[in-house]
Amino acid sequence: MAGMIDETDRRVLRALQRRPDGTTAELAALAGVAPSTFWRRLGRLRRRGVIRGFRRRVNWRALGWGVEVSLRFSLDKTRPGSIDRFLAAAREIPEVVEIATYLGRVDARLHVIARDMAHYKEIYHRRLLSLPHVSEIEALMVVAEVERVRVLPV
Amino acid sequence: MALDARDRQILELLWEAGDLTSVALAERLGLSQSAVSRRMARLEKAGVLGPREAVLDREKLGLGVTVHLGVKLAARGGTSHVEFERVLAAIPEVQHVQHVLGRYDYRIEVVARDIADFERVLRRRIMALPGLGEVEANVVMWREERPGPLGRA
Repeated sequence: MAGMIDETDRRVLRALQRRPDGTTAELAALAGVAPSTFWRRLGRLRRRGVIRGFRRRVNWRALGWGVEVSLRFSLDKTRPGSIDRFLAAAREIPEVVEIATYLGRVDARLHVIARDMAHYKEIYHRRLLSLPHVSEIEALMVVAEVERVRVLPV
Repeated sequence: MALDARDRQILELLWEAGDLTSVALAERLGLSQSAVSRRMARLEKAGVLGPREAVLDREKLGLGVTVHLGVKLAARGGTSHVEFERVLAAIPEVQHVQHVLGRYDYRIEVVARDIADFERVLRRRIMALPGLGEVEANVVMWREERPGPLGRA
């Protein structure tokens, strides 16, 4: 799969990750290619699905949602379809902002946001504790976002 | 800041497609372009609307493995969090770092080409971090982001 990307593509992707808000002219200069080349490559990378799209995230802290908790769930896998049912139920909880499943000891992790601790407690008791097939829950409270680079080493 | 229904729609649409222009947003929402631009500027100024990010397909870039690490710093040794975070920030495979309270001190997301490449990153970079105590690594099978509780904000 890596073979479908050449060095010019990599330069385009690096520029795009470093300054996603830049104009085509700025990004082309950053990538060291002509603007027309940059534009063409960008279109090709999108058509091939290397660039899936663009996203602008909501900063929940700025909206006063001060609590962020990462919860790990061990699931009872003796029942068929338990992971799928767990995931479907987790997607129904609006305060869940990220879902991951794993190979190995931890089965799933949900990232949950809340306005404050009282609100978190309510979500925990009403929604998270009633998720299906859970055998164990462990919580990590997020103190600070240290780095959110999300700049892939391409 | 307080959001109204229009603000929520704008945030939701831009979460799905962050490259929508104010013209395209105005068309979809049945608002004037100047009204949309004004709202976007207000949301940006309040720090609610984040910057545009490209969503890349990791597998198509040859980065087939994502690993989430739970890291506990050593109880003794006196390495500061500052020093740990400084060294961590210089590792290109590290995508996301959160300081947490609980069983671990940090949650770290790492990308690699494959499992063998991840092992190299783990041995040469992660295990060499100053003040490192316990490490737990979980290989991600599936990961998805959700827009969040916009209806309740």
